[in-house]
Amino acid sequence: MSSHRIRLTVNGVAREILAPANRTLAQLLREDLGLTGTKQGCGEGDCGSCTVLLDGEPVNSCLVLAVQAHGHEVLTIEGLAQGRELHPIQQAFVELGGIQCGFCTPGMILSAKALLDKTKRPSQEQIRRALSGNLCRCTGYQKIVEAVSEAGRRLSRGRR
Amino acid sequence: MAAKYDVLGSRAPRLDAPDKATGRARFADDLNLPGQLYGALLQSPHAHARIKRIDVSRARRLRGVKAVLTGQDLPPILYGVSPARYDEEVLARDKVRHVGDDVAAVAAVDLETALEAVGLIQVEYEPLPALLTAEQALAEGAPAIHDLFPGNLCAEVHQEFGDVAAAFKQCHLIRSGRMVNKMQDGAFLEPNACIAEFDRRGNLTLYSSTQAPHYVQRTAAMVLGLNMSQVRVVKPYVGGGFGPKAAATPLELAACFLARRSGRPVKMGFTREQVFLFSRARHQFFHEMKIGVAKDGTFLALEHRCTLDGGAYSSFGIATVYYAGSLLGGPYRLPNMRYDGWRVFTNKPACGAQRGHGGVIARALFEQQLDLIAQELGQDPIALRLQNTMQAGDVTCNDLNMSSLGMRECLQAVGDGSGWRGKRGRLPRGKGIGMASGFFVSGAGYPIYRSETYHATVTVKVQEDGGGVKVLTGAAEIGQGSDTAMAMIAAEALGIPLRDVRVESGDTDLGVDLGAYSSRTTLMTGHATKEAAEDAREQILQALAEELGVVRGRLSIRRGRVKIAGGPVDIGPLRGRYLKEHRGWTDQPTGRELSFREAARVAYLRQGTIVGTGKYKPPPLGGEYKGAAVGTSPAYGCSAQVAEVSVDLETGQVFVERITDAHDCGQAVNRTSVEGQMEGSVSMGLGEALFEEVKFDSKGRVLNPSLGEYHIPTIMDMPQMKCIVVESNEPNGPYGAKEVGEGAIMPTIPAILNAVYDATGAVIDELPLTPERVLAAIKKAGQNKKGGRRKG
Repeated sequence: MSSHRIRLTVNGVAREILAPANRTLAQLLREDLGLTGTKQGCGEGDCGSCTVLLDGEPVNSCLVLAVQAHGHEVLTIEGLAQGRELHPIQQAFVELGGIQCGFCTPGMILSAKALLDKTKRPSQEQIRRALSGNLCRCTGYQKIVEAVSEAGRRLSRGRR
Repeated sequence: MAAKYDVLGSRAPRLDAPDKATGRARFADDLNLPGQLYGALLQSPHAHARIKRIDVSRARRLRGVKAVLTGQDLPPILYGVSPARYDEEVLARDKVRHVGDDVAAVAAVDLETALEAVGLIQVEYEPLPALLTAEQALAEGAPAIHDLFPGNLCAEVHQEFGDVAAAFKQCHLIRSGRMVNKMQDGAFLEPNACIAEFDRRGNLTLYSSTQAPHYVQRTAAMVLGLNMSQVRVVKPYVGGGFGPKAAATPLELAACFLARRSGRPVKMGFTREQVFLFSRARHQFFHEMKIGVAKDGTFLALEHRCTLDGGAYSSFGIATVYYAGSLLGGPYRLPNMRYDGWRVFTNKPACGAQRGHGGVIARALFEQQLDLIAQELGQDPIALRLQNTMQAGDVTCNDLNMSSLGMRECLQAVGDGSGWRGKRGRLPRGKGIGMASGFFVSGAGYPIYRSETYHATVTVKVQEDGGGVKVLTGAAEIGQGSDTAMAMIAAEALGIPLRDVRVESGDTDLGVDLGAYSSRTTLMTGHATKEAAEDAREQILQALAEELGVVRGRLSIRRGRVKIAGGPVDIGPLRGRYLKEHRGWTDQPTGRELSFREAARVAYLRQGTIVGTGKYKPPPLGGEYKGAAVGTSPAYGCSAQVAEVSVDLETGQVFVERITDAHDCGQAVNRTSVEGQMEGSVSMGLGEALFEEVKFDSKGRVLNPSLGEYHIPTIMDMPQMKCIVVESNEPNGPYGAKEVGEGAIMPTIPAILNAVYDATGAVIDELPLTPERVLAAIKKAGQNKKGGRRKG
């Protein structure tokens, strides 16, 4: 397997990694960079647990080859909180019960981030569409919808 | 009025939520040990075959391979869930019994090498007839899947309470019906994963994504020939379980053997496909019921038969076949009940326990029939149920004791909360509203192996600085929120704020806890936690009383402050000592009351580390008959739901538009978590009602072993849910608390079935409610023409 030198930005930090051609972005993040906040629930792009933002767009990192991320910017769940402070989306998930087992949570929160970056006060319908690629078996999604909606309110008020 | 509790009943954020929201929470697959190897399994491509020969020589020779094991390399020890039905081998010796049965295990320096080695193992199989349905397995002359069970009958149950035949003679109305579901998958988001490591003294540590560290510890010790004390099972954060992770897996046990063989840590994980092939999820049930009622609607008799397609091994299935009958004992008064159940081995992945263990499909059929009975009697479905519901103090015909039962309150709550009266019978064709009730144990009354063991032991260690306490428990946080619940119970019992309690859990070295199954943790581990916290509190207050020279009875702790009744006491000297110890610290205690911190510190200074202990096991429960243990519990949760649906009459597609849900959890420990369990239960029930089905081809291979093809509810499928928490103050629960984790799923399927009937007039006896099935049922009901049965 030929290896490739990949340059990418992960959570604001420039990285250079030698990776085999068949390495997925999820593997690169989890195994090479130790960013295990990105979860892998299926490896086939079905569950959304491995969602990260690639240049601001949510992608299933299990379906993206590491080489495809060359020259791009990746945001993982580890890069969302600023210092000790949780990001408002994280804070809303914590407060409103949007988290149970937590396995889908990083992907959910990043999908929500991609939505709220574009749509400040999304409707229920917009929230549901934006998160429709992220499966959750624990919550029934209701508190996730509420958390995203509340995070949108807080973000558009510009406060935490 | 002052709130009854300072901590309980609040909406405190979960302790683990910040770590889970930031990616810090570590799950089994996130762990790595120095020098670890990667394991992989060779699994059978045949549903039923004899193993004639296995050649591992090429695999062993592959560079980077450190261990290769087959069944012949392992001790010939059978294991399983129920000791009377140990029928599993870690790796098959002579025979494979389903596609995916484990045949060989490899450990290598990386996963790619391990997988390559698996591919180099050559197995010569002699295929046997694959028995893929209960009917085929029970047929005359069918080959035995297990030599121990000729005829392929894994278990049978025959129970009669009261006199069913005589009761039917008294009935004004008798209705019969049947219901069949499909095998389900747990579909937890985290595939099973583990790492096993032996130290140089032969002690094993196994990190695993399990719901039941204790059972895994026990099984691993038995199979590996170790004492339980030499085996430590540690559960990191677990990405959901719902039942299928409640027993030891061949994955875990193979990792242990490979680690022992190689002398290095071995990490293993199931792929998503392997999760489907291992299964242990909901059985396929074939239920038939005959229900008789008096003229006024009083329930008189139930005759019930059920066949379970169990798959290749017993797993939890003995409990399942009993639960499928016994859980109909409540929540209604039903004086006469007969149940005949059969669990059958087939050449498919083994079924086991899944949320609502054993009772879900039985409940679906029973509650569907109740609605049809209500209609024939001209009664409102809620009124019929209210008329027949038991109340606290009642005992079911099969000796289950209703120590609390908020069934009536649940029924009224969903009636009022959904606007039932304004909608039932008034919706246009294609729109429907239906309801159902549910009932479930709050912890199995007995362990899965016969034992007088405590079901939970808990230690509360008071930190030596007095700044807080640590709850140490083997209980399994799998997402349901048990860590937070135990912290809240400890905080309440000690009289301190929640932030001063930390929890360490899921580690068999911390105590005995039977695990996260049968909705047992809140009640059972909760009792032990409360007792341990009270023990610690007593030791602190006793020491403080001696220090202050007052009687113990004058002292109490609330909200982190020491209250001293009956006149002023000089706390000055004690505070002075504390301040002297903490010169330069910025958060010195102030005010006229001593803080918990000062009290706990002085107690430590007097007598060393303060450790409180607690334990719980239920009192002897249940009747004398065979199988009386299954269904017993110290308490029972109950619930009611109203579903509102719309059915596309052209396509048969069902949309659930709204759910109103009430559940009696005794006392909410954490209100947000209670609702979370209710909402999660509804989603699993909705999935089973509408979509979920593990499909097999004619050779026993799973056709849809992925989360793309096996459809669980997405966020687009879930309706708005209105959750109403009913609190009946359970006398056998800690602070009155009992289950919510599983009972809440019980009403979902029948409420949807009843709503679909209301919308279309179609009685559907097969799940899931695919459009084809619903459309066929609508046509059959002759309801497709204009002017329906009762809707203009």
